[in-house]
Amino acid sequence: MTITSAAMSEPAQEQKPAPLAPPPVEEGKMGIRLTEQQQRARRARSIAIALALGALVVLFYIVTLVKGPGVLVRPL
Amino acid sequence: MSVTYTHAEPSIADGRDYIALMKPRVMSLVVFTALVGLLIAPGHIHPVIGATALICIAVGAGAAGALNMWYDADIDARMRRTAARPIPTGRLTPGDALAFGITLAVGSVVVLGLLVNVVAAATLAVTIAFYVVVYTMWLKRSTPQNIVIGGAAGALPPVIGWAAVTGGFALEPVVLFLIIFFWTPPHFWALSLYRTEDYVRAGIPMLPVVSGAHETRRQILLYTFLLAPLGAAPWFLGYAGALYGVVALVAGGAMIALALRVRLKTEGDAPSKHLFAFSILYLFLLFAMLLVDRAVAAWGPFGPVAA
Repeated sequence: MTITSAAMSEPAQEQKPAPLAPPPVEEGKMGIRLTEQQQRARRARSIAIALALGALVVLFYIVTLVKGPGVLVRPL
Repeated sequence: MSVTYTHAEPSIADGRDYIALMKPRVMSLVVFTALVGLLIAPGHIHPVIGATALICIAVGAGAAGALNMWYDADIDARMRRTAARPIPTGRLTPGDALAFGITLAVGSVVVLGLLVNVVAAATLAVTIAFYVVVYTMWLKRSTPQNIVIGGAAGALPPVIGWAAVTGGFALEPVVLFLIIFFWTPPHFWALSLYRTEDYVRAGIPMLPVVSGAHETRRQILLYTFLLAPLGAAPWFLGYAGALYGVVALVAGGAMIALALRVRLKTEGDAPSKHLFAFSILYLFLLFAMLLVDRAVAAWGPFGPVAA
């Protein structure tokens, strides 16, 4: 990926005072652009992580009920 | 002025790749042997806690498989049997596999410790560490005894299952450990006999590569001679009934017969393939019969000899 600074490529005498913000970059040119397959894979992974975290929450909830209120009071 | 950034290609791995990373076939044997250890242990465990223990053991086994595939990606790519795994095919980046493996390993041990007990969790942690560090990183590429010593990791799940119920250890799960431990060499050496070229290409010092097929066949037979009586040990020691004893002796006899065939009939791969296939059935039979024996002892007319 290549980022080219417009400020560096033009003659200095024709420039207005240098702006404080970085030069505007055409929308859609920055960052990693995922292919459709990569987007599908990322979405599937995100859903899997969400489901796994949800399952953990349910598991801890059920085990807390099974073990009763004294779940944290036990010998190690 | 131009700045060029390089980055790893985003992963295209889907659920199947992550499942493959966890070695589901190995995982199924791990879960089954752990289930037997859990069910034959004395005492009571709530079904939810028991299921939680099994899930944690399965996830821990998957973590060990993922970390194994992460570390061994270079040699997996050179072996026909493993070349289609997610990392060698480029579907999954090594970094993703490492992160996945570490997350599962830490998660399974922590959840087992919090929801079941600390002894089981510590044993699971030792199992994962032994498989990844001792077997995968150290022994596998350095000695033909790799699968003999490394087999200890695969033999520990019934001990974890037992510990999940009792919070400790006893001779009974140690016998189960020893059965799997002595089962591993004939099982893997039978495979390596007809996959020797793969191991040569990958530079793995499996016994047939280092000492030749003749010595491997001899050692397969020796280990099978040790394994057959050990398989019947739960009956000799009074932990299982006559039903288990008969099946263990007959199946052990079949293992010896197949190992003898491997030793004597050196032409062709068929004897090794038959031994490899039957060894899986043998281990499954022994552990399944332990469950049947417990059920019969509880509800049927034949009790264990010591009962």
